[in-house]
Amino acid sequence: MKTKEKVRYKGVQAAAIIVLSIVTILIILPFLLMLISSLTEENTLMINGYRLLPKQFSLDAYRYIFLSTSMIVSSYGRSAIVTLIGTICALTITCLMAYPLSRRDFRFRKVLSFLVFFTMLFNGGLVSQYMMWTTIFHIKNTIFAYLVPNLMMSAFNVMIVRNFFSNNIPFEIIESATIDGSGEWNTFFKIVLPMAKPILATIGLMIGLAYWNDWANGLYYINDSARYTFQNLLNRMIQQVNFLSSGEAAQYGVTGITIPSISVRMAIAAVGVIPVMIIYPFFQKYFAKGLTMGAVKG
Amino acid sequence: MTQKKRKKITKKELALLAMMLPGGIYLIINNYIPMAGIFIAFKNINFAKGVFGSPWNGLKNFKFLFSTGDAAMITRNTLLYNLVFIILNMVVGVTLAILLNEIVNALLKKFFQTVLLMPQIISMVIVSYLAYAFLAGDAGFINNAILKPLGFTAVNWYSEKKYWPFILVFIHVWKTMGYSTLLYLASVVGIDASLYDAASVDGASRLQQIRYITLPLLRPTMITMSLLMIGRIFYSDFGLFFQVPMNSGALYSVTQTIDTYVYRGLMSLGNIGMSAAAAFYQSIVGFCIVLISNGIVRKIDKDNALF
Repeated sequence: MKTKEKVRYKGVQAAAIIVLSIVTILIILPFLLMLISSLTEENTLMINGYRLLPKQFSLDAYRYIFLSTSMIVSSYGRSAIVTLIGTICALTITCLMAYPLSRRDFRFRKVLSFLVFFTMLFNGGLVSQYMMWTTIFHIKNTIFAYLVPNLMMSAFNVMIVRNFFSNNIPFEIIESATIDGSGEWNTFFKIVLPMAKPILATIGLMIGLAYWNDWANGLYYINDSARYTFQNLLNRMIQQVNFLSSGEAAQYGVTGITIPSISVRMAIAAVGVIPVMIIYPFFQKYFAKGLTMGAVKG
Repeated sequence: MTQKKRKKITKKELALLAMMLPGGIYLIINNYIPMAGIFIAFKNINFAKGVFGSPWNGLKNFKFLFSTGDAAMITRNTLLYNLVFIILNMVVGVTLAILLNEIVNALLKKFFQTVLLMPQIISMVIVSYLAYAFLAGDAGFINNAILKPLGFTAVNWYSEKKYWPFILVFIHVWKTMGYSTLLYLASVVGIDASLYDAASVDGASRLQQIRYITLPLLRPTMITMSLLMIGRIFYSDFGLFFQVPMNSGALYSVTQTIDTYVYRGLMSLGNIGMSAAAAFYQSIVGFCIVLISNGIVRKIDKDNALF
């Protein structure tokens, strides 16, 4: 009986390993193709197309990227700056927003929580947002276009941080600090924030990833190619490739960026993935934690 | 004592309110002003005259939107794609979660988990590069390394719309399955092991255990997850539908969703009215659907309701 059972279980396990291996290949293959074509000698690519086993390897594409002082490098730097400034600002205002909402002695807690939460249910849509940012605040082609719209604070993050504060920071600590004469700001910075490091890391990571990966704000509000972030440069390059190959380029009057060769394009994309892959282990750790913390209760 | 406390309250509350000031101002500007701004759907928008200077034109924008058939197309695409996504997210997520849970080797399990979540963190622009490497007409991997060697004629992927529903569904599943798998895995892991022990004593095979223990116990999570996704059924993943088909006009009838329609209308002058009408339509209907689906979630499973 027992051995039979084990055999059956082994069958299920073998099936599981086979299915998951196939899924793994499907996931890794595109990344592999990107990496390999970025390492393929350009002429080989032109003649044979994207291959997993190219006839000739070459590091020319990467050499080209690192030696070029042009848009690629500056857009990469711009992405880094936007990510850094954006994450710091977003983290600050998110925590400042979340803390009072976590205080059970705060009279306006319910009403203000609802006002924050309501933004998750209803939004004005792209057109009125676009009209507001461009005609009232004039953020077009400024760095604010990358930093401010939608990314700076999400109600979802505020709610997560609020829940963390109210579940993990005993009210008695805050109360006794107040009795000892600590002001609200002092309590927040000296007592609450140091206790909230795990959630700061988690939310900071998510926000940073969102800033680094964002291309939508650039697409909406930036049309000066000298001010592109990395994602927007990538975006523009591949759009132009398609324009040119479909013969629509002249019609749209595309100007500004010369299209790099296939291998260089793939190398640029690969370079864009690197920072994300570096933080990936942390992301995975916090992501799994976040899931078990609140998203779903089994 | 109480008087003392009362005196303190205003000062304390003032400090707390001051903390909320930056975020509050941000929400007012980023969220509440645009909410009030949806009335521009009833205006004949003119950038030169600004939002307030543009003349009203009643329901004209909506008449245009609904009479051209655009509304029907973008609604159909948005709803159908989301419906397929909801079903597949559940089927794939549950299947992979159960399979992942079967794997005994901790290292192997960790490896699969790591790989599964990888597509989640790259941007849609990068995804469009990856897709292009496979689908490009002349150099693409599928044409070059699969179809040609097998003697098939190459397919011009970016102008053949019949393939796109499958391509987009595949890419969506590819990008999001790690997330749904881990979500369901959290529930699978939480199932009481003694249930399985009892079942195996009674002679149930592993498949029977999955069929009669795991799946029924996952049902609440499945229902909740699906309803939460249904709440967002009027919104689409802009990146997926805009970036991956590379803005190819030949594909619009199967790749255009409400979000891409609104964006394209906004960027091409002359269509802003229709775009605003579509955005209004999305906001209002989307809001109603969120309320309804959340109402249902709350009835079934109060803990997982949004509010």
